[in-house]
Amino acid sequence: MAGKHVNPTRMELTNLKRKLVTAIRGHKLLKDKRDELMRQFLEMVQKNRRLRERVEEGIASANKNFVLARAVMQDETLKTAFLAPKQEVYLDVSEKNVMSVEIPRFTYKTRTSDPNDIYSYGYAFTSGDLDSAVKSLADILPDMLRLAEVEKACQMLAAEIEKTRRRVNALEHVMIPEMKENIKYITMKLDENERSTQVRLMKVKDMMLEQAHEYSKRYAEG
Amino acid sequence: MYKIAVLGDKDSIYGFAALGLDICPVSLSDDTSEAVKKLRELAEGNYAVIYIIESLAEKIKNEINRYRSTKLPAIIPIPGASGNTGLGMRMVKKSVEQAVGSDILFRD
Repeated sequence: MAGKHVNPTRMELTNLKRKLVTAIRGHKLLKDKRDELMRQFLEMVQKNRRLRERVEEGIASANKNFVLARAVMQDETLKTAFLAPKQEVYLDVSEKNVMSVEIPRFTYKTRTSDPNDIYSYGYAFTSGDLDSAVKSLADILPDMLRLAEVEKACQMLAAEIEKTRRRVNALEHVMIPEMKENIKYITMKLDENERSTQVRLMKVKDMMLEQAHEYSKRYAEG
Repeated sequence: MYKIAVLGDKDSIYGFAALGLDICPVSLSDDTSEAVKKLRELAEGNYAVIYIIESLAEKIKNEINRYRSTKLPAIIPIPGASGNTGLGMRMVKKSVEQAVGSDILFRD
């Protein structure tokens, strides 16, 4: 008998058997869920990796341009150039259900539709490098948003997979063996009881026959 | 309607202002209380995505990990002006390790 004490009764046995069936079915379902989550996750994480590589490269080159721009411009001019941005970005968040994990999806909207609104300054006092720097950042922005979406999804899926895996393992290695063990214990105990009752009955029968016919005396005489 | 924020040192992030993202300059000193406070403020505010400069993210990792399993906001490390520290990739790797149990993607 594993773990806690169980009553060796028929009712307990029926309950346990029913529980075991449920546990086995649950285990199978959770295992399927884990496998599918894993498949989705691996797909997603490959995408995540590629996007991240691209974004990091893009930002690095944009930063290079910014350094160039800063080198030829005064700090004040730079500061005033970005003081009042013309463009604004808004996000709409919707949800996508992947195996009951709600992963966010972002769609972005800009305040104005003019792509040139990213240049929030007159071109008179700024260097051309600044324009190309801003442009390169603007080009990478859609990828950055995709990255945010995918990376968040990966994190959430990873957490869910971990949880599901724990559950699968708990069922597989703890709950189900324990229940099987208990069922075995109860069956053995019940069988044992039955045998002992049988033996007792046989013994009683012997004694009653003995009393009625007095065999031992008769054989002793004969 | 949600917005996007960029958190980091001023030199790394001012460019994003032009695109219409909200920039939150914080100092990169060892005292992280200012950055942590700002991050919490943003996370509780109306921001769905918060980009954070890697060198800063490194310092307030614990704070960032708190938001890993929540739906919003998505906190995404990006390289800053001082270069790529590889933290972003390490975070992806961490997800893989959490899910699979060992690193099967970045073994090369």
